[in-house]
Amino acid sequence: MTEIDTVDKAATDPDRPQPYAELGLKDDEYARIREILGRRPTEAELAMYSVMWSEHCSYKSSKVHWRHWKENTTPEMQAKLLAGIGENAGVVDIGDGWAVTFKVESHNHPSYVEPYQGAATGVGGIVRDILAMGARPLAVMDPLRFGAADHPDTKRVLPGVVAGIGGYGNCLGLPNIGGEVVFDPSYQGNPLVNAMCIGAMRVEDLQLAKASGVGNKVILFGARTGLDGIGGVSVLASESFSDDEDVASRKKLPSVQVGDPFTEKVLIECCMELFAQRLVVGIQDLGGAGLSCATSELASAGEGGMHIELDKVPLRAKGMTPAEVLSSESQERMCAIVRPEDVDAFMRVCQKWDVLATVIGEVTDTGRLVITWHGETVVDVPPRTVAHEGPEYHRPIARPADQDELQADDPAKLPRPSTPEELRETLLRLISSPNLASKEWVTSQYDRYVRGNTVLAQPSDSGMIRIDEETGRGVAASTDCNGRYVKLDPYVGTQLALAEAYRNVATTGATPLAVTNCLNFGSPEDPGVMWQFEQAVKGLAEGCRELGIPVTGGNVSFYNQTGSTAILPTPVVGVLGVIDDVRRRIPTGIGAEPGETLILLGETSDEFGGSEWAHVVHGHLGGRPPQVDLAREKLLAEILVAGSRDGMLSAAHDLSEGGLAQALVEAALIGQTGARIILDEDQDPFVQLFSESAGRVLVAVPRTEELRFTEMCTARGLPWRRIGVVDPESNALEIQDVATFPLDELRQAWEGTLPALFD
Amino acid sequence: MKIGVITFPGTLDDVDAARAARAVEAEAVPLWHADDDLRGVDAVVVPGGFSYGDYLRAGAIARFAPIMQSVVDAARRGMPVLGICNGFQILCEAGLLPGVMLRNVGLHFVCKDQWLRVENTETAWTTRFEPGAEILIPIKNIDGRYTASAETVRELEAEGRVVFRYVEGNPNGSINDIAGICSPDGRVVGLMPHPEHAIDALTGPSDDGLGVFYSVLDATRSLVTA
Repeated sequence: MTEIDTVDKAATDPDRPQPYAELGLKDDEYARIREILGRRPTEAELAMYSVMWSEHCSYKSSKVHWRHWKENTTPEMQAKLLAGIGENAGVVDIGDGWAVTFKVESHNHPSYVEPYQGAATGVGGIVRDILAMGARPLAVMDPLRFGAADHPDTKRVLPGVVAGIGGYGNCLGLPNIGGEVVFDPSYQGNPLVNAMCIGAMRVEDLQLAKASGVGNKVILFGARTGLDGIGGVSVLASESFSDDEDVASRKKLPSVQVGDPFTEKVLIECCMELFAQRLVVGIQDLGGAGLSCATSELASAGEGGMHIELDKVPLRAKGMTPAEVLSSESQERMCAIVRPEDVDAFMRVCQKWDVLATVIGEVTDTGRLVITWHGETVVDVPPRTVAHEGPEYHRPIARPADQDELQADDPAKLPRPSTPEELRETLLRLISSPNLASKEWVTSQYDRYVRGNTVLAQPSDSGMIRIDEETGRGVAASTDCNGRYVKLDPYVGTQLALAEAYRNVATTGATPLAVTNCLNFGSPEDPGVMWQFEQAVKGLAEGCRELGIPVTGGNVSFYNQTGSTAILPTPVVGVLGVIDDVRRRIPTGIGAEPGETLILLGETSDEFGGSEWAHVVHGHLGGRPPQVDLAREKLLAEILVAGSRDGMLSAAHDLSEGGLAQALVEAALIGQTGARIILDEDQDPFVQLFSESAGRVLVAVPRTEELRFTEMCTARGLPWRRIGVVDPESNALEIQDVATFPLDELRQAWEGTLPALFD
Repeated sequence: MKIGVITFPGTLDDVDAARAARAVEAEAVPLWHADDDLRGVDAVVVPGGFSYGDYLRAGAIARFAPIMQSVVDAARRGMPVLGICNGFQILCEAGLLPGVMLRNVGLHFVCKDQWLRVENTETAWTTRFEPGAEILIPIKNIDGRYTASAETVRELEAEGRVVFRYVEGNPNGSINDIAGICSPDGRVVGLMPHPEHAIDALTGPSDDGLGVFYSVLDATRSLVTA
């Protein structure tokens, strides 16, 4: 048996060389740990500090930029927040006594190494975050980014990721209601697998992650602890992959955790019953950094002291050391703080659900986190220094030298289609390009029906679920980001991501309420990347203030690069909105009413920087992204919500990548109804069809409501233009003076691409 | 009228089945896998999900649950039983219905809105449909390919025990496009698609699934008066 390193030994053996560098700690970080403890750390302490001070857990490179959130949150924005940044997930009051919690997290690196398990455990982790707030998880959605669609490795990664998300989420019984699938060569060695979960609870049922009440018991429940995922966060999420794929993948393979969705489903139901019986004082999920994270964070946020008898932890592998038990990332585990008199009742609920539960310690007033192993002390630390007072870096920031050149590379010089035949071909080519083509191949592998509250799911602009079956109150959510826009101008590009998610929520009739994010960037040690990051955070924070909706939390994923090449900066923005009655949702497909007028809200300019057209047709990325006007977005959202409330809109679809042409094709195919479109004679048809100007939505208005609706737009100063009519007889999309596209032809082009690539 | 809805560890669509029961104004009675008490219900729904994680084989462990012995006994006495998706797999494993479900031909989980033709309108769960009616119901599974011996299939077809058949495309490769079947007395029905997800056009593709639950009201009423 290996010798166990204890606090006593550390005192007698102060100069023993320690493998801190291999665990990802820098020299000065190690020196600081020695200073905090007044001695060398034990092996277990070193394991704890190294995972908790990793980039993934400590946010050491990003923390200094968080002031932007604070500086841009007004008291009115704060008022709706029941819990904000720093908790497991942000919580928003949506009215009628309901609280909704939502969060996005990244599982990028594990999903490249092992696509199925990496993606599966990403879903599992975010669901436990939501559960830890006291909420019932209600729905998930997954923003995904992959390398080029036709690259051989994408055929390995994408099907595995999709099967993993489906395999876990479907078995867990959570509907998957949205997300994104985007392809770009920059994600080739570094796919992005972000997972979002939404949950709801009654306001009074909110739980917080703190260990309060001296003498209260610490109970670990759920799966046993094994050797999987040890050092996952420090190894995988905090360093770039080596260019030597073979060496890197083999070395890191065992760090990816393995998920068991059945155990998690049972854990959810068990927690729901524990919450209902009020048997829990504080609760924390075990995710990255496992018990190291859960115990130090609970203690740090509570009375400050905790004693853990680590040998009580049920194991599934023999001969695990205390350091391994502390850093194991075995899935499907939770840690609860329970009053001593409630322990029996707690155990009875766990027995009912066949969930293993073990008292592993108690809350103390010592101000120290003390962990013993068969009676010997292996950890004795101030918990705040582990959980909340990790290192903080002011990384150098520099605008990349080639940024000016990039912005000067204007797409205006690219040859454009002009004849009707060229426009026709361009439309068909774009709608069948991987980024614009139907994502049915992916989303049909996700259960969107389970629990019976899904009102809208992909390909709708946002997912919508009913929260209250009596009143019909529900929420809508959307995640968005165009990494090309962000690359061209990180500040504006991030505001465009915010604007689109916000618009998507309003397009379905919901009022946007709150924001979360998942900031995926390259190495923070690259000053150019840190400049992108700083601009993005600033853009998002200031954008949120202008829209009057708070950032409730978020996640940062750095080191998304292969060698020295970073991914497109990808700050995924998630917006949550509320709708009083989901029966008033606005669907995406046209043709629900006989006789609808199609109206384009907003203005179209010649904007092709970062556009899908430039990417697909010319392989070009340069110039400036579309302009963003958040005051206009706000007005547009108000008009859409009013249109939904007063029943003036029968369909609506946001314009984004691919412009008006893409929106028309999707609205017609989803609604299985043709339309006749008349373009404006005074503007280039190419610009009208394919420009990606922001702040635009296509709406279908029943004839009887047309006057009332357009008068409202005019009175409130929102530009609008009648662009055509729905034509249920034609089964075609006719764009006058350009071409007539039979719906069957469009369907083949739009739906054929992904099956051809991945079946 | 009481419709029991069983929950196993890993059952997912029990809330939906209970909602469907309430939608036809029946009382939904939760039944727990570890009990053997049917709590006085008039009919039982074995809902979908991944009971016990489906780790051994879909439905293979659930059939041994105490509640299933009571369900099998009650079914033999004529109580209407409906198995949906994983519930269908469980009824097959429990011997109430013949055949098994294999992995879908595409090897993927498939979630889509599926057209079905109602082939038999005399079972306890289908009397409210017109013969040959086509209904739109979600399907969502990875092990949905119905298979049985040639002899069993011949028997099912000859006796009119194919209750639902896929039309406009077979989503999983089921033999003879079979989506659902029944016991010889028509009291036990199992199907892969989910009628409980089609009770309201707001949250499903149609409300065609209501017919299944309305039918069983008639079936139990006639049982009481008989």
